[in-house]
Amino acid sequence: MNPTLVRWLQAPSIILLLIWMIVPLAMTLYFSTQRFNLLYPERTGFIGLSNYKFFWTDPSFMPALLNTLVLVGSVLTITVVLGLAVSLLIDREFKGRGIARVMLISPFFIMPTVSALVWKNMLMDPNNGLFAAFSNALGFTPVQWLQDMPLFSIIVMISWQWTPFAILIFMTSLQSQDQEQMEAAELDGASFFSKFYNLTIPHLARPISIVILIQMIFHLATFAEIFVTTSGGPGVQSTNLTYLIYIQSQQAFDVGVASAGGVFAIILANIVAIFLIRAVGKTLTV
Amino acid sequence: MTDKQRIILKNRIAVTFAWIAAILFFFPIFWMVLTSFKTEGQAIAVPPQLFFEPTLENYLEIQERTNYTKFAINSLITSFGGTLLALMIAIPSAYAMAFNTGKWTKDILMWMLSTKMLPAVGVLMPIYFLAQKFNIYDTKFLLIVIYAMMNLPIVMLILFNYFREIPKEILEASRMDGTSTFNEIREVVMPLAWGGIASTALLSVILCWNEAFWSIVLTTTDASTLTAFVASFQAPEGLFWAKVSAVSTLACAPIVVFGWLAQKQLVQGLTFGAVK
Repeated sequence: MNPTLVRWLQAPSIILLLIWMIVPLAMTLYFSTQRFNLLYPERTGFIGLSNYKFFWTDPSFMPALLNTLVLVGSVLTITVVLGLAVSLLIDREFKGRGIARVMLISPFFIMPTVSALVWKNMLMDPNNGLFAAFSNALGFTPVQWLQDMPLFSIIVMISWQWTPFAILIFMTSLQSQDQEQMEAAELDGASFFSKFYNLTIPHLARPISIVILIQMIFHLATFAEIFVTTSGGPGVQSTNLTYLIYIQSQQAFDVGVASAGGVFAIILANIVAIFLIRAVGKTLTV
Repeated sequence: MTDKQRIILKNRIAVTFAWIAAILFFFPIFWMVLTSFKTEGQAIAVPPQLFFEPTLENYLEIQERTNYTKFAINSLITSFGGTLLALMIAIPSAYAMAFNTGKWTKDILMWMLSTKMLPAVGVLMPIYFLAQKFNIYDTKFLLIVIYAMMNLPIVMLILFNYFREIPKEILEASRMDGTSTFNEIREVVMPLAWGGIASTALLSVILCWNEAFWSIVLTTTDASTLTAFVASFQAPEGLFWAKVSAVSTLACAPIVVFGWLAQKQLVQGLTFGAVK
């Protein structure tokens, strides 16, 4: 192919993505330095870093940042540990394995809004939910899940959706593990833990890092689950950064402050991104 | 106990736990489907009922009384539209990169991937204003464009990986015969990469179908998709559980089945080809 044609074929994707990235980013940066509230359209002008300061010193900011980190950290720990355990359990021949696999990965394909509603109503509702029924049957007072431990409840919902993702990836990766090596280790009398530590973990190192990094992108941006279940409350107990910025823009109509928050979210995501790009870049043989 | 017996016993215990895990994970879905066949009274009954006379009433009612069909069509149009648009942009580009890999190819692909790191909420206001300005707020067109751009980097990366697996000799042979580039893509590359393109499309459709930020923020009524429709049920506390379940079951069923069928490809797609 001649070089000109190659360039023409590549151009659309590169140019479109460049626009998709640069234009909104530039606008966000610009808005973040402006006095810009939809409720007071007459007040405009450059105000330097005031919006950042406002966002930064907002009493909701620290809790929201903390919630974001707790949410991401907990979900990552739960999904990776549970995902590893379950994929090791299922990594053997047995009758109905295909069905068990399908049952295990299904939650990953459920819409986030559906999953949030099912958990909020049918499982966690303190009056009519299933968990309440179990508590009553065992003689306990039903827990007010979303009222008393909102962040934990949301972590549970998200982990339910994303552990299947980890299982799916680990399961696939385990199938390519060297079986002869495992059997040799078995014959040599290696214990489960030494096999797990010395053979399985090194084999799964890359899948684990990819699972962690991809989940980070998604969980830093958690929105639907919070929107549908707690709306960030009670107070700011389940508000994360994404939701805080959403509130600034859609309820306080403060475009300037929301944009400053947006810039903050972008920086946070890009710190994660650097690691992901490195991990994926290594696997891309060009 | 002999070694063999010990291994069999160990296996049995592992399988038992695997089934327990499978049942626990699947249970909320099972419960949702079950609830969709209850009456509203049965749905909120205390204690919850496992055995009851199933009814199709909810499914009939959501077709008659809500705009379910409209939202389902919106979801279909936006996810397939977004996917198609992304593929149309990505196929020629990925093809050019895969068969004419240059010094910058890897960097370009990595840069494309890095645009995924722009969190939606970070560019919410600009997209909102641009949509208002161009009069495309709350239109399917807007969602199609956003979904296409959202998935373009992943689609590019997966297609690039697939195209690279096509032996170069086949292409060279067809070039010797004097085939034009357009015909080369259509007659040689596409048939060979068909499986890859189909599974890429599948992944993209799944991601669009379940997308729940832009569809909630950028639509009000006209272009609302099923994710936004389901989210609108959040308000009335404890009402209409059976109907919500019916809507949810209908909204999730096609994608769950899609997901089952394409497990292998999904793993490749979701890990950008790093796990096969």
